[in-house]
Amino acid sequence: MSEQYPALLVVVPLLSALVVSIAGWINKRLCFPIAVAALGVAAWSAVGLLLRVLDEGVIVYKLGGWSPPMGIAYYIDYLNGLVLPVVSIVALLNLIANKKGIEQQFPDKIGPFYTLYLLMVTGLLGIVVTGDAFNLYVLLEIAALTGYGLLAMGEERAPLATLNYLYMGTIGACFYLLGVGYLYIVTGSLNMVDIARLLPPLYQSKAVMAAFIICMVGVWLKMAFFPLHAWLPNAYTYANSAASSLIAPLVTKVMIYVMIRLMLTVFTPEFAFTTLAVSNAIVWLAVIAIVMGAVLALAERNLKKMLTYIVVAEVGYMVGGAWLGNRDGMTGAILHIVNDALMTLCVFMVVGNIVYKVKGYAFEDLQGLFRKMPFTMGALVIGAMSIIGVPPTCGFFSKWYLIVGAISAGHYGFMAALIFSSLVSVVLFFRVFEICFYEPFADHHGHDNHPGGMDEAPVSMVVPLLIVAVILIVVGLYTGDIVNHVIQFAIPETMV
Amino acid sequence: MTDLISMVVAKYNYWIYITLMMIGLYAIIAKNNLVKKIVGMNIFQTAIILFYVSIGVKKGATIPILEHGHGPDAHHVVHAVDYINPLPHVLMLTAIVVGVATLGVALALAIRVYNNYNTLEEDEILAQIREK
Repeated sequence: MSEQYPALLVVVPLLSALVVSIAGWINKRLCFPIAVAALGVAAWSAVGLLLRVLDEGVIVYKLGGWSPPMGIAYYIDYLNGLVLPVVSIVALLNLIANKKGIEQQFPDKIGPFYTLYLLMVTGLLGIVVTGDAFNLYVLLEIAALTGYGLLAMGEERAPLATLNYLYMGTIGACFYLLGVGYLYIVTGSLNMVDIARLLPPLYQSKAVMAAFIICMVGVWLKMAFFPLHAWLPNAYTYANSAASSLIAPLVTKVMIYVMIRLMLTVFTPEFAFTTLAVSNAIVWLAVIAIVMGAVLALAERNLKKMLTYIVVAEVGYMVGGAWLGNRDGMTGAILHIVNDALMTLCVFMVVGNIVYKVKGYAFEDLQGLFRKMPFTMGALVIGAMSIIGVPPTCGFFSKWYLIVGAISAGHYGFMAALIFSSLVSVVLFFRVFEICFYEPFADHHGHDNHPGGMDEAPVSMVVPLLIVAVILIVVGLYTGDIVNHVIQFAIPETMV
Repeated sequence: MTDLISMVVAKYNYWIYITLMMIGLYAIIAKNNLVKKIVGMNIFQTAIILFYVSIGVKKGATIPILEHGHGPDAHHVVHAVDYINPLPHVLMLTAIVVGVATLGVALALAIRVYNNYNTLEEDEILAQIREK
């Protein structure tokens, strides 16, 4: 059984998406249990794979028994062994938490919604697990197309915002495909390990450089790296809360995984950092991304949109960390993939609970929430602490590695940007807390606006949220183990 | 000047795909009508499909089907030079499917936008959003 985990990871959500869409016609109540079971199997396989990787090292799984480079192989090493459980567990927890919200928002579209959700997770898990550059493109588009469908189910402005995302996402994926085409011209292979074996003698070739840069630009478009971020805030803000709390934590993080995979596995770190000699410029772009993300978040009077700009800033953290060109920076970037997925999930789930109860997420709607929804707001406090970077939450530790990396690379601009963005996050979140602590003014129209008791979201929404909040602290406490047993082996030894 | 012309002619497939790609990109950026933008996006995707198809071509080669691939006299040597490379073409079948699916999703979204705002001109939609 455990030999088949890599296939189960992708096949089970894919097939159950079909089953869910059929079950949706028969009885809508069947959809949720099937979806949870499918993602449960995926999460189980992902955790099983991580344990196997820790035990026996890199796993090669040949799909259909065709051996690479002819067939498609799945490679599970320490890097995607770490990202897979994060993706599958985030998707599972978010699915459970949003059952009520989905029933409230689209009572007649439950079947299609779960189908798209499962296909999206299939795509994301496939991107992370695959070892084939073209296969990655196909899965990228599966994740993107389902993502457009999910994001468009939202407010009035959602379809237009999603359409803008669709143009940018398609251009990004096409650029990636074009880069893979150039790699194919020079190496004649699509298998990542095979390309990596054939490339080193060709590193001075202009086609290889073009391929790398074109792939990077495509991936940056997809992850909303600063000058290319314009599609993200509106698309994520106007979507329904179940979709935005799936997509905001996972899509950008999975794309960062793809970037790191290209830098470390397909190409070598020496090529990315030494031969190309563009890393300094990219770190400066990341600095601008962080600063602009923080400043634009500060300008928002709307909780969900503020959080989307924080996502833009966090992308800057990870791109900058990865391009610092030293071990600490890369460790910080990989650790931050895990941490940022979890803390973005936490804060977006909080928004989901607030929308479920209050039907709004503008700052005016948040008044008095600490009294009404204490558990949800408690989770928001932990999520905010993690984004600010207060120990012992996990956000502190990845930021620590990033700052150590910045110092040892001598890149003080990046260090200053990290500290600036932490300080801005303090302002952002304490402004929200302040609004949430105070009650709305009693209106004079005779409504009984009495400060009543608790009005918390349903238990099925609060419990997963609290689990995520606890995970934020647990991951923080076990950072040392994650770094020493997993991430350390994910980075090639040649990188110091 | 002749150098430039010979460079363009020798690699004409790349020039064609880049030109098409830029036409598509221009439409996405500059056009005001949502459907025109979507068509531009599709031209962009098609340009890359053409690029892939063109890299599989060899001069003087034929389609990759072995004439006597099966049966009793199947023991002759196959010269790879005589056949075009089928792999990029097969890959593009998948990319065409992706392109069609993207176009479908984009047009469906455009219909949703039209139902909301009764227009497909982006400036008019933005004006309506600003009024609210």
